[in-house]
Amino acid sequence: MADKRLKHKSKYTLDRGIPGAFEGETITRRRFMTGSAHTAGAVAAGAFALPALGFAVGPIFKSSPHHWEVVGPEGMFTDTNYVPVVITLSPNIGEAGKSTAYIRKFNPEIDTDPYDQGTPYIAISSRCAHLGCPVRWVDAAERFICPCHGGVYDLLGRRVGGPPVRPLDRFYTRVSSSGLVEVGPRFSVNSELRRFSPRDPGEPLDGIGQYFYPSRPGAQKL
Amino acid sequence: MPKLPKLPAPPLPSALKPPAPRPGDVKKGPIEEAANAGITVVDWVDERTSLSGAARWMMFRKVPKGTNWFYTLGSATMFAFLNQAVTGVFLAMYYRPDPAGGAYESIRYVTNDVFLGQFVRGMHKWGSSVMVILVFLHMGRTFFFGAYKYPRELNWVIGVVLLILTMTMSFTGYLLPFDQRAYWATVVGVNINGTGPLIGPYLSDFLRGGSEFGATTLSRFYAIHMLLVPGLIAALIGAHLYLVAKLGTTAPPWQKAEKPEELREAEV
Repeated sequence: MADKRLKHKSKYTLDRGIPGAFEGETITRRRFMTGSAHTAGAVAAGAFALPALGFAVGPIFKSSPHHWEVVGPEGMFTDTNYVPVVITLSPNIGEAGKSTAYIRKFNPEIDTDPYDQGTPYIAISSRCAHLGCPVRWVDAAERFICPCHGGVYDLLGRRVGGPPVRPLDRFYTRVSSSGLVEVGPRFSVNSELRRFSPRDPGEPLDGIGQYFYPSRPGAQKL
Repeated sequence: MPKLPKLPAPPLPSALKPPAPRPGDVKKGPIEEAANAGITVVDWVDERTSLSGAARWMMFRKVPKGTNWFYTLGSATMFAFLNQAVTGVFLAMYYRPDPAGGAYESIRYVTNDVFLGQFVRGMHKWGSSVMVILVFLHMGRTFFFGAYKYPRELNWVIGVVLLILTMTMSFTGYLLPFDQRAYWATVVGVNINGTGPLIGPYLSDFLRGGSEFGATTLSRFYAIHMLLVPGLIAALIGAHLYLVAKLGTTAPPWQKAEKPEELREAEV
């Protein structure tokens, strides 16, 4: 009995008395058959599951090219008040892809933060930094006010009240050789107006916020 | 015209002759014939599948004393889901997931122009709220009756997954009319998903299909709403029901166990 068990334990099929065994063979043909059938099944399932998964998560890693949009001549804007302009964030979906930006000429007396120096125009995104509702500039109060949950921002887009976690996002601006103001890619700022690659609303950028909410893998540096 | 004598019928071969009536035979009417045909068909299927055993196992179960109306909330939820499935299929015949105006227009067409369109859309819209309410009532019944305890924990877990999938259905379905309310509610909802640390930004990119609400966001929500999640819900309802039938239902907590005869006598 002990002898038989010992024989059964050998890793060589020859020792185990399996008919047709080769010398040095350790895997029985039944095990090999089972393993290759399972592998074939896994390859077949992967052949459709992996492309489908790539389809679903691919957009996370897609980088979109920088896009500059003309919003008007230089004379349209002042350095004391905001002018709303309509810009296109996503093409081909009509009104749903459009958004409002508030644009003001750079004013050295107001825009004293070091990160703003050298910017010809200040372009503030109307997307609330709380959950993305559209804020509007209220001239009398000199505040950006959000209709959804009561976020309030000052002239520079810094939060002065309500739930937002960071100031309003901004757009890069430039002036073309023919004197037209152009609005470029969006960027996010923290409460000191330091610039970060664009984040979604609701993602703080002060302290460890910038590590908790990393930028998109496809975001390109300007 | 004089009446012609009727010719005798030619003799039939014995195999085709109807059997001679026997004493005790009842004359069969068309209703009995139809019932027999039905029984024959069912027998034919059952002989090849043995499904009748499964049907008996599912439908003729023992239920504990004290079973009451609260125990119907699960079935009610399932019928709410079936209502959503049926009305959803018919709405899908008209809906166009086109964010450049076609989606809103197709919903407007269903509501205003299609025969019974407003009714079917209303069944789907209000039915979704009814389903969420019933899910929570069913969950509350299970919790307060202690029906989640051993050996029914797995059924509770499946139920929680079904609750999350129902919420996913509500969230993705809300965008489809593509009016102002749908658009902004989805913007806010996606951004709430994005506030989760570390994976939040990737989750909102996945939901939008990109960094901005774009051309594929609506079709993505539509595919999740009508293809991905309903299949999962149907499969999990099957598993949920199987476990209910296998484990049986619980008695309500106020139901006292009946004492054996000898103990009752000893008390007296």
